Amino acid sequence: MSEVSGERSGVGRDQGGQASTVPKTSALGMKIEDLSAYYGSFKAVTNVSLEIQPNRVTALIGPSGCGKSTFIRCLNRMHEVIPTAYAEGCVKLGDQDIYAKDTDPVTIRRRIGMVFQKPNPFSKSIYENVAWGARINGYKGDMDELVERSLKRAALWDEVKDKLKKSGLDLSGGQQQRLVIARTLAVEPEVILMDEPASALDPVSTQKIEDTMQELKERYTVVIVTHNMQQAARISDYTGFFYIENMGDPGRLWEFDETTKIFSSPSRKETEDYVTGRFG
Amino acid sequence: MAVNAERSANSELWQRDSRARHFRERAIKIVLAACAYASVLTTFGIVFVLIFETINFFREVSILDFLTSTKWTASFANPSFGIIVLASGTILTTLIAIAVALPVGLLAAIYLSEYASPRLRRWLKPALEILAGVPTIVYGYFALTFVTPLLQNAIPSLPIFNVLSAGLVMGVMIIPTIASVSEDAIYAVPRSLREGAYALGATRRETATRIVVPAALSGIVAATILGISRAVGETMIVAVAAGNLAQLCLSPSQSCQTMTAFIVQVASGDTPTGSLTYSTIFAVGSTLFLMTLVLNIVSYMFVRRFRETY
Ligand SMILES: Nc1ncnc2c1ncn2[C@@H]1O[C@H](COP(=O)(O)OP(=O)(O)O)[C@@H](O)[C@H]1O
Ligand SMILES: [Mg+2]
Repeated sequence: MSEVSGERSGVGRDQGGQASTVPKTSALGMKIEDLSAYYGSFKAVTNVSLEIQPNRVTALIGPSGCGKSTFIRCLNRMHEVIPTAYAEGCVKLGDQDIYAKDTDPVTIRRRIGMVFQKPNPFSKSIYENVAWGARINGYKGDMDELVERSLKRAALWDEVKDKLKKSGLDLSGGQQQRLVIARTLAVEPEVILMDEPASALDPVSTQKIEDTMQELKERYTVVIVTHNMQQAARISDYTGFFYIENMGDPGRLWEFDETTKIFSSPSRKETEDYVTGRFG
Repeated sequence: MAVNAERSANSELWQRDSRARHFRERAIKIVLAACAYASVLTTFGIVFVLIFETINFFREVSILDFLTSTKWTASFANPSFGIIVLASGTILTTLIAIAVALPVGLLAAIYLSEYASPRLRRWLKPALEILAGVPTIVYGYFALTFVTPLLQNAIPSLPIFNVLSAGLVMGVMIIPTIASVSEDAIYAVPRSLREGAYALGATRRETATRIVVPAALSGIVAATILGISRAVGETMIVAVAAGNLAQLCLSPSQSCQTMTAFIVQVASGDTPTGSLTYSTIFAVGSTLFLMTLVLNIVSYMFVRRFRETY
């Protein structure tokens, strides 16, 4: 498994020089065992176990407040950025335990990228927004080429190729979100986590993001949180349903299966109620 | 029905005197307006006097001499008024002060906003702001009686009254201003921006110095300009520690006089109203006023831009 990550990128301060800069298309999957997440003494998510298949889109759905964002942030150690927040359990990227003592969260986050609900481009030029992450990670290859390739994969290139020097903040919301995706792709991650990436966008922009996602899974493993059931059904291969049974309990992974199964014949009643829109 | 009866029975209890109320509302409004106009009028009054006396000054002294002469000999029989002399004192002390205060203040701001725990920050920030309230005369004597002897150990040729000591202590004085205002700007950078950087594999230092600080740049510039205008207008430290010697100020190890120190010197002697020396104060004051006005406008423009960004 380890040679896969070595081969797929020319980026990396944790790795030596690579001969090949041609990205390989197979990405790593993830395995989560018994994960619980806390904010101080408050337990927000409890005992989640699931496997995230490589080169597939996994959607996480469920009523708000049931810990989807908390959970997805545990997958690249972003959860602990919040003061007093911590997680327990085991999360593996390929064979590597990302919560192992000697693992640096900084190198993990490069390999498991994240796109947030609200587009958050830096107050830099479009070009710099994409190049920055690669640069701090010690990318020594052709930066122009990397920027162009990343923007193309995020389906933004045609709209911005003539104004790469313009500020990323001047773009529309949908374009900003695709810029953030391009920025994430530029550091050549294995996995891309997206927390409701289209919820702040109009339908046209949402459509573009969804199209992008279909192409992304050819090269990356994708996990997406969404409150939009049709979206989950359209774009994902696997779906996890998060649910809180009694007020005040931590969120749980209620059911996890292939998307077609979850939306046609879920095995638990709450899942069925939720996907058919009877609550939430 | 019972409810209605109860209401009408109680209606005599609700007798607000509407005439007295109208009167009170009007009175309050007038008092508030008077205060607002008084402060505006005072400012205009000051500017008016400043301009009036400055015009008087330039009736007797040529603007050319004022702007180009390199001698300031206001009390001589054949006086020369080269504002450059006093301005050089002001500029050099300010430069030294900023050289101290900008790096220290900015690093303190970055530490407070990005590294300090929320609890520590809650304590340190107000403490810093209290430091900004120490009377400047205290700083002046601190420079003269503590910093100067210390500097003289290192540089034996340093005179007792010198620009270096005054500038350094002035720098210490404006650290809280720069630190506090930049900290506000840095802290106001949205959390989501920091998370975006972390999610790309940036360290805390990379995030702080290369994402957060640039995003807060206009606020930091505004803080710096605020610090500069405090240094330019600062009087007591230079009057006490810099020597009040009106000579062209080229080296930090000499004595000199700033514009503010000159005004204090003349104003604290008994100068007859209407004399040339008297109107000199206003000419120097006008120059000072113009300098800080320009700084404030520049700072205002930066703050506006800063607000537009996020
Ligand atoms: N920064 C935080 N501090 C404390 N509690 C939080 C924080 N963020 C979320 N929570 C709590 O954790 C629980 C799960 O929230 P979240 O993961 O955001 O749910 P979802 O994304 O499914 O809507 C909620 O009860 C929420 O109030
Ligand atoms: Mg959420």
